[in-house]
Amino acid sequence: MSEIKVIDACNTYCPGPLMELITYMKQAEVGDVLELLSTDSGTANDVPEWVNKIGHELISSEQIDEVWHIKVRKAK
Amino acid sequence: MRILVVGGGTGGTIVANNLARRLTSEIRSGKASITMLSASEKHMYQPGLLYVAFGQMMPDELYRDQKSLLETSIDFHVDPVEKFILNENKVTTKNGKTHNYDILVIATGSRTMSNKIPGLEEGAETFYTEDGAVSMFKKLREFQGGKISIVVGVPHKCPIAPVEVTFSLHDYFKARGIRDKVEIKYNYPINRIHSIENVAKWAKPEFDRMGIKCETLFNLEEVDVENKIAKSMEGSEDHYDLLISIPEHHGMEVIEKNELGRDGWIPTDRHQLTMEGHDNVYVVGDTTNLPVSKTGSAAHFEAEVISENISSIIKIGTPVTEYDGKVYCFIEAGHDKATYAMFNYNNPPDLKMPNKSMHWFKMSYNKMYWASVRGLL
Repeated sequence: MSEIKVIDACNTYCPGPLMELITYMKQAEVGDVLELLSTDSGTANDVPEWVNKIGHELISSEQIDEVWHIKVRKAK
Repeated sequence: MRILVVGGGTGGTIVANNLARRLTSEIRSGKASITMLSASEKHMYQPGLLYVAFGQMMPDELYRDQKSLLETSIDFHVDPVEKFILNENKVTTKNGKTHNYDILVIATGSRTMSNKIPGLEEGAETFYTEDGAVSMFKKLREFQGGKISIVVGVPHKCPIAPVEVTFSLHDYFKARGIRDKVEIKYNYPINRIHSIENVAKWAKPEFDRMGIKCETLFNLEEVDVENKIAKSMEGSEDHYDLLISIPEHHGMEVIEKNELGRDGWIPTDRHQLTMEGHDNVYVVGDTTNLPVSKTGSAAHFEAEVISENISSIIKIGTPVTEYDGKVYCFIEAGHDKATYAMFNYNNPPDLKMPNKSMHWFKMSYNKMYWASVRGLL
């Protein structure tokens, strides 16, 4: 299994966590897992919506010490 | 102490000028030197391209000679770097020169990558280059009616540009008296119409009022030039008569070729602005991989931190300050009013309602930039 790429998007407002995830998803290979870290409360809804619409796989989403940790596997 | 600045855009120029003034005595006594290597003898005011695209500025207003913007103590060469040999503290250039350094500042900027999307280069207008902005204006001037679609790549320089160009399109066709014949469709990659929540909350009702249609979660995958269809990764299709693109950006090719950062973005400490693993290498502006806006504003505030820290390291042996993520962006809300967004890592932008005076402040700043980049503002 390849190493999980962690994207630290905590305390950022522009371009913001989902834009950061999209940027790094473009660089990733199919099957790679990316973990997005975000302090933006909207991330917990925004990321799964995009992931579902585009067809990637949401592995997990949990909040630890006010930071959202969202793991996504690139599916296509 | 030999300081080498690679890149003569906003960030590199402000770093070099600030250092030249802070280190005047050290430079005079031979204890410090500043060299700048740039790919161009010209310096472009890139935010002006949006005005060129609407016939409000001429291209020649965007340029100054780079040397004229620099303090005279800066040794300036038009000779782009080809190889970064960081473990030996040196670079080599296109002209075959080798420059050794003690401190390196990488400020090479970013470039558009329209070629990554099939059909985008042939099928869309973009205002991110001089030729593109002039071409876009000519297309707008010829346009007598139909549908204009806006598509946005990720990541892109100047995150506020998609909103600005859309407001400007509305005002441009309104002024020509044919707004009722022009449909404007705004497509955006994430779930709301701008990455900054407060901008999205303000702009969406404005777009609704102006009759601008919006589609979110639209990441461009392909342009069918023949049939004039923009297709998204999410599976939707947008038929257009004129397509305007805010293209995806990468860092410069030389960064990728030297394997300093994926897609040309150099991994950078978000507070010290040093390259990860290299304490004597600073990265400024678009070149960083930081999760902040790729704008001249971010480059400006980063440059102030870098120049303050390099000079303090030379004078007292330690850095004295940190970058707090500060960005200040003007937001043109059409052709006669504007607002701004100011934020940092800890404070989100608190958007004010657009007004005419902020627009005229922005118009003034278009001239004041030349003082700003000299490090005087």
